[in-house]
Amino acid sequence: MKLMIEVRGLAKSFTLHNQGGAVIEVMRGAELAVRPGECVALVGASGAGKSTLMRMIWGNYLAAAGEIRVGDTDVARAAPRDILALRRETLGYVSQFLRVVPRVPTLDVVAEPLLALGVEDDAARDRAADLLARLNLPERLWSLSPTTFSGGEQQRVNIARGFAREYPALLLDEPTASLDAANRAVVLDLIEEAKARGAAILGIFHDADARAQVCDREIDVTAFAPRAA
Amino acid sequence: MTEQARIRATGPRAQDRPLLQVRGLAKTYGARIGCADVSFDLWPGEVMGIVGESGSGKSTLLNCLAGHLAPDRGEVIFDTRADGPRDTVTMPEPERRMLSRTDWAFVHQNPRDGLRMGVSAGGNVGERLMAVGARHYGDIRATALDWLDRVEIDGGRIDDRPSAFSGGMQQRLQIARNLVTGPRLVFMDEPTGGLDVSVQARLLDLLRGLVRRMGLSAIVVTHDLAVVRLLADRLMVMKSGHVVEQGLTDQVLDDPQHGYTQLLVSSVLQA
Repeated sequence: MKLMIEVRGLAKSFTLHNQGGAVIEVMRGAELAVRPGECVALVGASGAGKSTLMRMIWGNYLAAAGEIRVGDTDVARAAPRDILALRRETLGYVSQFLRVVPRVPTLDVVAEPLLALGVEDDAARDRAADLLARLNLPERLWSLSPTTFSGGEQQRVNIARGFAREYPALLLDEPTASLDAANRAVVLDLIEEAKARGAAILGIFHDADARAQVCDREIDVTAFAPRAA
Repeated sequence: MTEQARIRATGPRAQDRPLLQVRGLAKTYGARIGCADVSFDLWPGEVMGIVGESGSGKSTLLNCLAGHLAPDRGEVIFDTRADGPRDTVTMPEPERRMLSRTDWAFVHQNPRDGLRMGVSAGGNVGERLMAVGARHYGDIRATALDWLDRVEIDGGRIDDRPSAFSGGMQQRLQIARNLVTGPRLVFMDEPTGGLDVSVQARLLDLLRGLVRRMGLSAIVVTHDLAVVRLLADRLMVMKSGHVVEQGLTDQVLDDPQHGYTQLLVSSVLQA
């Protein structure tokens, strides 16, 4: 089957211009591939480069060398416009942080990926409402901005937004981190459903049981550390 | 209908040509550089942010792009409705003025620069309609009312002068006045500057909604990195008249490559 996410020979370094031009090499020769319907976990100790790798695939970290194919786009070389199109149509991301315009109601925050694609307002909000209900976010909160919510509530808003659209590829950064058992189970179900419809998923899960339940394989990013090469 | 089919049926149409192409734009004030060697493409539906500190040349650039200042060199090619791509720098003045009344809009930092303070709110919105040929009083008033509603100004205030409005309301009125003619490109100079944080958020939400619904492209000059993160798809960083870095907004903010951008990002309390 065709690969959905494919990383080849990926390297990353940071140049700190205001700290004497120090160059910090953080990754070299990273390789991975995710097929449709597969969930792959990135593992390795804190600081090993899991989030760095994820951010390079999302496109907010620049690659120093190598290729990052998501669908038909090479994120390492694509113009901003092509990465924007990729994020709109193909690649979803559930990050650990919720960044939203302060005043916007939760329902609209979740519906936004659909609205950006031109889905009708009502259809987009219905889908958002379904997900928020499934994730047990009390309906009285839907009309409020999530900026004042608790960590667990914000995370569920982030997850609902990431799953609002049926992306063919999905990046998940600690999707179960601050959730109770019931909501954790809902998120794992959402992941299983996404796999079943053919989504390629790459995730970071510190929760080993969750990882064992939904992930097909693990990739240890420690192997991509420059000193190991 | 499947989700994909619905998206194809209703989604933004793929555009195959930039709305604005800027090539080698430069402006000097005597020996001092205003902006130099600026080139970029802006595509339909894209919002580009321009950041930099005071004196970095971002306002000079915006004014050259919008035809308020004549650049010394370079091209500003706009994809006009009637004749396709045209260089607006060499275009005859009347044509450029027509563009700025129809397909272009300019939102000033200070609403007083973009509004007529002695004319009612409805008049401010209606005036731009009349400038493009609207004559029917009832239609003009109805459109003005509709736009006041869209920018969340109570219709009961239509006959009040902007001098009786708060700063945030004045800014929203300026936006209504600018967008009523259905422009395709909006230039904004610090649109949320000078407003309270809560009012800023409301305005950002409004701008994002309008950009999405009307398929607008916009160029937004600001020094506020939090504003560009939420509003702009792409970002250009200026220093001493030069573009030192440009790219996807979150890439430039999260992984800045140029020393100046790194300094800018690390100096912010929370972007």
